[in-house]
Amino acid sequence: MEKDFKVEESTDVKKTPKRIAFIKGRTAARVKQEDEEMVMTVPHLVVREIIAFEVMVIVLAIISLLFDAPLEWIANPDHTPNPAKAPWYFLGLQELLHYFPPVVGGVLLPALAVVALIVIPYFRINVKGIGLWKGNRKRTFVTLIVSVGIVSIVLLMFEVFAMLIPTLIITAFMVVPYFFTKKNRFVEWLGNLPLSWWVMTWFVVIVVVLTAIGTLFRGPGWSWTWPWEGIY
Amino acid sequence: MRTYLERVFESQVWRSMFRHGLPESNRTRAETVFYNFFLHVHPTKVRRRSVKFTYTWGLGGLSVGLFIVLTVTGALLMLYYRPSIPQAYSDMKDLQFVVSSGQFLRNMHRWAAHAMVAVVFLHMLRVFYTGSYRPPKEFNWVIGVILLVVTILLSYTGYLLPWDQLSFWGISVGTNMVRAMPFGLGDQISFLLLGGNIVGEYALVRFYVLHCFIIPVVAMILMGIHFWRVRKDGGV
Ligand code: HEM
Repeated sequence: MEKDFKVEESTDVKKTPKRIAFIKGRTAARVKQEDEEMVMTVPHLVVREIIAFEVMVIVLAIISLLFDAPLEWIANPDHTPNPAKAPWYFLGLQELLHYFPPVVGGVLLPALAVVALIVIPYFRINVKGIGLWKGNRKRTFVTLIVSVGIVSIVLLMFEVFAMLIPTLIITAFMVVPYFFTKKNRFVEWLGNLPLSWWVMTWFVVIVVVLTAIGTLFRGPGWSWTWPWEGIY
Repeated sequence: MRTYLERVFESQVWRSMFRHGLPESNRTRAETVFYNFFLHVHPTKVRRRSVKFTYTWGLGGLSVGLFIVLTVTGALLMLYYRPSIPQAYSDMKDLQFVVSSGQFLRNMHRWAAHAMVAVVFLHMLRVFYTGSYRPPKEFNWVIGVILLVVTILLSYTGYLLPWDQLSFWGISVGTNMVRAMPFGLGDQISFLLLGGNIVGEYALVRFYVLHCFIIPVVAMILMGIHFWRVRKDGGV
């Protein structure tokens, strides 16, 4: 059995009396790090907070002096602009609606994303932070290829290249440590990344790509337009 | 000058407000945090590692900062804004051309709102990649996800208020997405949100109340819990 307790050592008897801490599994960062250097909140933290806030307000003020908030003509329900776009943070969703039926793109997928985010800590995901290739390599490889294959076929069916291409690129990076076993800093780094890291990174890349396409590359009739042809 | 100030700092009036001396010794520094309502969200001492800017990137703090800027500029904008048609739109024009610094005020509110959505999202990424959602912080992560949704809703309800073409069609697109919800739920929710079947006067009033009162109050309560738990769980 793995040793599941450790003795916390300290040279400063007044600060840390000798004690034995029973730590089941790996938990919060605060139990991992022992005897950490502490600083006073005033001034160290509070001064930093004040500076950060002031810099932020100054940057906002400069931006506000340079760029005006948009204001178009008064709302007219009889005159639909083409394309009609939601604000930028929903354009990833609007892009999804372009590929999938409304129930899937507008309800199912976003609901799934929020639920997936909420359950992250409960699946003890990444708690141990074990690299993807640390277990049975063959089985990991087969599972990975099958899952990515299924996702890719679905994406291909709906012709969602905007999601398919990033998915394949990320998968390519995932399998690099499987094929290249030579000692190399980059390969080693890739091999140590846990599955949760890959899933989150995949999610973020997809969100960014879809949002960017919806914002910059979509024109009348949701057709593909290059940014230099106009941003709608 | 110095002795004069010292007399002020030691006066009964001053001491009744601030129960500690100037933060000159570690004791009074600790007391400054301890006895101050606003600072007591912090512990009196923090780990040097978590104070390092490149650990949190200050993103949670900046989210709070943006919320404060938005509250201040938003309250000022409310002085000039009437949530009805066509006054809402003409008030925007007045802000641009009549009210002193009205355009600046509007710009600050608008850009800070966009920034807040992005910064809160980045804060979530920071928390994920540093593994800071691990027990015992798992519920605070959940509160965080709800805060992200609330932040987006805040921004989105504000988007309708200028009542220009951007607002109207932006909200129409969004409420059409809501309508896609199955079991007739979509129609009911969108009817509830809009106070009707189309984006009209009642929708404007509802979005106004949601944007200026209901959602900010919910956000403040959630933030209160969020910070309290960061503190209890041994965070920054
Ligand atoms: C209105 C939005 C939010 C505000 C104002 C806010 C504010 C903060 C602040 C000030 C901290 C202290 C550490 C830091 O600055 O990074 C913090 C920590 C934390 N936040 Fe947020 N947050 C928000 C949204 C979120 C979201 C969307 C998530 C995740 C889904 C989240 C999860 C957490 C967690 C788990 C911690 C503890 C991290 C640690 O102890 O290292 N928060 N938050």
